[in-house]
Amino acid sequence: MSDSVGSSVGPMTDAAADRSSGLPIAAVPRSGWHAATVVAARRETPNAARLELEVDGWPGNAAGQHLDVRLTAPDGYTATRSYSIASSGRGTRVTLAVDKLPDGEVSPFLVDEVREGDMLEVHGPLGAFFVWRPAAEHTPSDGVRPVQLIAGGSGVVPLYAIATAHAEADDPAPFRLLYSVRTPDDIYFADELAALAAASAPFEVDFIYTRRAPDGWPTGPGRIMRDALEAAVVPAAERPLVYVCGSTGFVERIADWLVEFGHDPRSIRTERYGGS
Amino acid sequence: MTHLDGNSLAGPLAEFFAFDVTMAVARCEGCGTTAELARAMVYPSGAGTVVRCSTCDRVLMTVVESEDRAWIRFTGVGAIEVRRVPEVVERPASPRASR
Repeated sequence: MSDSVGSSVGPMTDAAADRSSGLPIAAVPRSGWHAATVVAARRETPNAARLELEVDGWPGNAAGQHLDVRLTAPDGYTATRSYSIASSGRGTRVTLAVDKLPDGEVSPFLVDEVREGDMLEVHGPLGAFFVWRPAAEHTPSDGVRPVQLIAGGSGVVPLYAIATAHAEADDPAPFRLLYSVRTPDDIYFADELAALAAASAPFEVDFIYTRRAPDGWPTGPGRIMRDALEAAVVPAAERPLVYVCGSTGFVERIADWLVEFGHDPRSIRTERYGGS
Repeated sequence: MTHLDGNSLAGPLAEFFAFDVTMAVARCEGCGTTAELARAMVYPSGAGTVVRCSTCDRVLMTVVESEDRAWIRFTGVGAIEVRRVPEVVERPASPRASR
């Protein structure tokens, strides 16, 4: 046995570290390839579509997971892309909200071309890292911790799934969502987010508009700044679990600032979708 | 294209591994950092995918796929820690289970 192997004997993450992150290893359904039928396709925003899929054999999914969609051209060429799932729980219905990338191979098809009755190949559910589950489904070792969700653009999709799971479970953890979005017209799940804010599970939404703010908005449009971020998120002293999803640049800027504010890096979960 | 993170490995590697690779905790041979592979940086290209340590940027893994196989190299990973996870199994209710 070499030294490097010998030195790795024993747990690499100790139990205390796991307790400090408060994030249990999630039991998630096994992934596989499935045939999905589009049962509804409609505009979500001027640049995005919401797709409801009926997925044959889907084992259900945890809030925050994603799936891969594979398209196959008549000549056999395939393209596979990952999309976050906007829904969670048991059952075979899956909701996606897909942003159209200008040079994309898959998203323009999903946003502009897909119609009710079309079939897609999907692989999932995928990933147990960017997942939240209500306290009722596990025993938190250190009590109820608040949750801060931070979305950039279409990065709101898995966070919407998490917020919905929180409301459906009537989970007592205080939740806040900070949602950076280009304009009011680009908000995904606008009605649903308003309904979640009115539900009994504690949930607040804050918007940052980067291109155009609504009339009368107190601040002009622009990227979120460090001070505004610090003011809008659950303070580090309250030890929140933080989920950040958006473009790579957005996620890394936000995560670096959160660490500067004193948030435990292990309590910050990130998902980057690339892009600008 | 800009980089992604280890969450994006879940689909490609689920084809080959029986566990969720993104939750496996890997030790970087370069700097000793241990972190879930979901936290690593992922650089996809036409030739393959390079996975780098988010702390020191050292190459942890490379993944090259063809139509019928994959080459997965754990270049800079000392060891991975894989948790036993209770699997979610939908069992039909048996008469003995109901009280």
